[in-house]
Amino acid sequence: MTCRLIALLLSLFLVLPAAANPALEAVIADHLDQIERPSRRTVEPLVAQIAATGPEGLGLLSAWAGRALGVTETGRLVIVAGDGATDAVTGQAVRGADPKMLRPNAGVRGVIESALVAGEVSSPDRARRAAALASIARDGTPEHLAALRAAAPDPDPALAARRARIEKLLAIRFDADPAARVAAIQDMAGDVGLDFRAALNPLLATRRVASTEEPQGANIAGELRVGSADFPREAAVALLTAQGLIQPRLTAADQRNALAAHIVDGRVGGVSAAELSDPQARDRAYEALEGAGTVPPAATEAETEAALADIRFFDIFAEPEAAVTDAARAAQRGAEWRLVAMKGIDLGLDALSLASIYFLAAIGLAITFGVMRVINMAHGEFIMMGAYTGYVAQTVIADRTLSLVAALPLAFAVTFAAGVVLYRLVIRHLAHRPLETLLATFGVSIALQQLAKNIFGTQARPLTAPAWLEGAITLNDVVSISTIRVAIFGLALLFLGLFLIIMKRTRLGLEVRAVTQNPGMAASMGINPDRIAMLTFGLGSGIAGIAGVAIGLFAQVTSELGQQYIVQSFMTVVVGGVGNIWGTLAGAGLIGVLSKVIESFNPSNTLAAQTFMILFIVIFIQFRPRGIIPQRGRAAEA
Amino acid sequence: MTRQPFILRNPSALVVLALLAAFTLAVTLMSAAYGSGVIPTSTVKVLGKTLCLALAALAMDLVWGYLGILSLGQMAFFALGGYMIGQWLMYARTEAIVAASLSGNPIPPTAQELREAVANQIFGVVGSADLPLVWSFAHSLTAQLVLVVVVPGLLALVFGWLAFRSRVNGVYLSILTQAMTLALALWLFQNDSGFRGNNGLSGLQNIPGLDGVGQARLSIWFLWASAAALALFYVLAAWVVGGKFGSVIRAIRDDETRVRFLGYPVEGFKLAVFTLAAMITAIAGALYYPQAGIINPAELMPIASIYLAVWVAIGGRGRLYGVMIGAIVVSLLSSWFTGGRAPSIHLPGYTVNWVDWWQVALGLCFVLVTLFAPKGIAGIFDRLAGILPPRRHGRDLGPDQGALQEQEAKA
Repeated sequence: MTCRLIALLLSLFLVLPAAANPALEAVIADHLDQIERPSRRTVEPLVAQIAATGPEGLGLLSAWAGRALGVTETGRLVIVAGDGATDAVTGQAVRGADPKMLRPNAGVRGVIESALVAGEVSSPDRARRAAALASIARDGTPEHLAALRAAAPDPDPALAARRARIEKLLAIRFDADPAARVAAIQDMAGDVGLDFRAALNPLLATRRVASTEEPQGANIAGELRVGSADFPREAAVALLTAQGLIQPRLTAADQRNALAAHIVDGRVGGVSAAELSDPQARDRAYEALEGAGTVPPAATEAETEAALADIRFFDIFAEPEAAVTDAARAAQRGAEWRLVAMKGIDLGLDALSLASIYFLAAIGLAITFGVMRVINMAHGEFIMMGAYTGYVAQTVIADRTLSLVAALPLAFAVTFAAGVVLYRLVIRHLAHRPLETLLATFGVSIALQQLAKNIFGTQARPLTAPAWLEGAITLNDVVSISTIRVAIFGLALLFLGLFLIIMKRTRLGLEVRAVTQNPGMAASMGINPDRIAMLTFGLGSGIAGIAGVAIGLFAQVTSELGQQYIVQSFMTVVVGGVGNIWGTLAGAGLIGVLSKVIESFNPSNTLAAQTFMILFIVIFIQFRPRGIIPQRGRAAEA
Repeated sequence: MTRQPFILRNPSALVVLALLAAFTLAVTLMSAAYGSGVIPTSTVKVLGKTLCLALAALAMDLVWGYLGILSLGQMAFFALGGYMIGQWLMYARTEAIVAASLSGNPIPPTAQELREAVANQIFGVVGSADLPLVWSFAHSLTAQLVLVVVVPGLLALVFGWLAFRSRVNGVYLSILTQAMTLALALWLFQNDSGFRGNNGLSGLQNIPGLDGVGQARLSIWFLWASAAALALFYVLAAWVVGGKFGSVIRAIRDDETRVRFLGYPVEGFKLAVFTLAAMITAIAGALYYPQAGIINPAELMPIASIYLAVWVAIGGRGRLYGVMIGAIVVSLLSSWFTGGRAPSIHLPGYTVNWVDWWQVALGLCFVLVTLFAPKGIAGIFDRLAGILPPRRHGRDLGPDQGALQEQEAKA
C-alpha cells in the first residue's frame, strides 16, 4: 500500500515542470555521503531538511523511499524511472548515466515515508491531502501517527474530521501511552464503523493457554471452564496435547496403522490378523504390543482425566495493557447494541426492496385473478418479455437513461398487446373453467419461453442501468441500499398510486370493480364484462412488462427470468387475498420481510430460507385460507 | 339388478391388459437379452421408463380426472419414491465396493470403519463424512421398500389433511401443491439435507447383488416389473373409480358443496384418493429411477409435475386408458423431438430445427387441445364408442356460471 502511495507521488512529481532548487542543491551537496549511507538514528533531521525544500525535495524523498534514487559518478542524484533517468534537483533528463542505485533499509524508509505523509497531509492541494489520508487509513504505521499529530490543521472541515478520526484510530493501535489509547477508545465508543471495529478486534484477540496456575504478568481475559459451551472437553484435550502436557490419544486410524506395521506371520501381539475386525481384539493386540515395548504408550482415559482436573485454562489477551483491553471491551459491548439496531434497519431496507419487487411482479397477477378468477401461468413470461423489451430498447438507443425512459412505456405496450391477444384467443373461450385456463396459459408459457430462447439465445443478456442508478446510498458501514432498489421501491409506490387512481377515480375502475363483485349484475347495468375483462387482462400484463424492466436492471435477463418470480408472485397473491390491492401489498410485505428475516438467521443458505418461506405459507393458508384481506360479498363465494 | 363381473363392467381393462401383455412380449422377443436384439438395451430402458410415466399419469388421472384436484406437485411423490429406493441402491452398492477395496488391507475393517468408509464415499462429494439420520434404514432393502410408499403417503396425508380441512380448493390448491414440490426441491438442493444436494443419487442402474446379470437382462426385468405394476394399478384404479366410491369422488369433482350437504365426508374421500395416488406415483418413481440411473432434485421442480398434467390433459382426463396413451405418446414424442433425431423442416429462408421448436409446438398444441378437445385423445375413443356430450346449443344467456342456455330457457 505504501508502495502505491509512493508510486502515485512519484508520478505526480515526475510531471512537474523542471526548475532549479538552490536550497535542495545545497542540502544535497552538504550531506551526500549521509544520503548514500543513511542511518536510521541520524537520518531524521536530514529528511526534514530535504522535505522543507519544496516539491523537488518531496520528489527526491519518494524516489529514495521507493528505491528509485541513484548517484552518478559525478555526485549528482538522479531519479530512475524505467529506462530513463532525471536529475533529482533540476528535473532535467539525464542521458547515458549509469547511476549507483541507493537501497535504504526499512527503518530509513519508514522515516522518509512519515516525512512524506506529513508533507502530503499538509499539501495545499485538497485532492492530494485526501489521497494521503486514504492511504494512511488503508495501511497506517506508528510513523503516520506522529506525522499526523505534527501536521498543521486541515482547512477543509470534511478532511479535518476524517483526519481526526484516522488519528484516533491510529492512536488506538500505536500510541505508546496507554492512557491516550484508552482516551481514544472511549472517545470513539458507540461508533459502528468497520474501521473502528477492525481497530478493536486485534486488541481483543486472545489465545488459550493451559497452565497449573495463573500466568504471571499476562493480561488475562478470563478463565475457561472445561465442558462449557464454548470450551468443550475435546478442545481442552486438544489444547493439552498441543502443549505437550499429555500424550496424544490413540485414534482408531493410528491404532490400525500401528497394528498393520507389526504383523508377523499373520499375527499381531498374539492375535490373528483375521480376528482384527473386532475392536476389542484390536485393543488386546495393541496392549500386547505396548507391553512388549514395540509401540509407544498412548494416553489413557485416566491420565487425561487427571490432567484435566489438575490444569486450569485461561484466555490471554495478546495486548498486555489491562486498561486498554477493558476500555476496548466496554466500547465493543456498546457498539454491539447499536450494531444490532443498525443491522435491523438494514434488514428492513432489504425487506422493503424485496417486497416492492414482489409487489410489482404480483400486482398484475392479482388484478387478473381478482377480476376473472384466472391464474395466468404465462405471467412470468410477460415479465420476461418486458425485460427483453428493455434489452432491445437498449441495443437500439445508445443512451442508457433515454433507453430506460423509452423501455418502460414500450414494455407496457408490448405486454399489454400480448395480454389482450392471449385473452381474445384463449382465455375468453375458457371462461368459468379456471383450472383449464391455468393449463392453457401454461402451454402459452412454455411456448413463449422456448420462443425467447430461440430468438435471444440461452445466455444471459445484460440490461445495464444508467450511471445515475448505479452505486448505493450508504448511511454508514452497516446500513446501505443500492440505488436501483430505491428506484424500484419508487416505481412500486408509483404503480400503487396509479392503480388506486385508476380503480377509484376512473370509469374503467368503476366498471372493473363492478365486474369483480358481480359480473351478472354489472352486465345488466350495461357494462360489457368481456371488454372489461380484456382491458383488465391487458393492464395486468402491461404492469408485468414494466416489472420485467425493473427486475432486468438488477437480475440477469434470461428466458427463465419469469420462472424465478412466478411462484413468489402466486404466493404473494394467495397470502394477500385476491381482488384487493392492499391485500397484494400486505402479501408482498409479509413475504418480503419474512424471507429476509429467515435469510438473516443463516445468510449462506438461501435455499433453506425459501423452503421455510413456502412451508410458512402453507401453514399460513390454514389460518387464513382466503388471504390477509379476504374478498367479501358474492364474488367470494364463486 | 345383479352386479356384472368386474371385467364386463370395465371392458377397457381387458383391452389394456391384453395390449400391455402383447407389448411386453413383443419387446422381450425383440430385446438383446431374450430375443433377436432388434431393440437395443437403451430403447428397452426408455420403454420401461415410459411405462412408469404412464403409471404416474394413471395416478394423476385419479386425482385430477376423477377427483378434480389439479395437483401440480405429483412428481414430488414420484421423485420421493425414487429417492427412497435410490438410498438402498446406492448404499448397498457402495458398501459392496468399499468392502471389496478394504479387504485388500492387512487388517480386516471393523463394522464401524466400514460404515464410516461408506458414508465418506457417498457424502464426500458434499463435504461430509457422516451418515445422516435419514439414511438410518438405507442398509435394509425391506425397510426402504416400505418407505417408498410410506414417506410419500405420509406427506400426501399431512399435506392433504391441512389443505382439505381448510377448504382450500381450485386454483389455490393447485398453487399450493406447486409450492409444496418447490419447497421440497429447494430443500433437497441443499447439501446438508442429507440427500447429496444437487448431485442427487447416482449409479442406480447397478442393482447390488445382481452384478453378473448385465444391463441387457436387467432392463427387460424392469420392463416386466413396470408393465406388471401398470397392469395391477390399472385394475385397482378401474375398481376404485368404478363402484359407489367412484361415483362419490366424481360427484365431488362436479359439485363438492352438494356432496357435502348430502352427508358425505368429502374431506375423507379426497384424502383417501390423494394419498392412494401419491403412493401409486411413488411406486412408479421407485421403478423409474433404477432404469434412469440417476436422480437429482431438479426432477421435482414444479415444471416436471406440470408436464405430467400436460400429458394427462392431452391424453384425456377422466379416462384411465386415455391418460396412459397421453403419457406414452407425448413423452416418447418429446424425447424423439428433443433428442435431435427428428428431421428438420426446410422452409424458404429458415430451417425449423425441432430441438428448438418442439417446446413451442408442444405449448401451442396444448393450448389447442385445451380449447378444442378438452377430452383429449380419449375423446376419439368416446366418439367411436358413441359416448357423446349432451348437445347444448346456443350462447349463454348471462355471463354468470350456471346461467341457463338459450335452448334450456325455451323449454
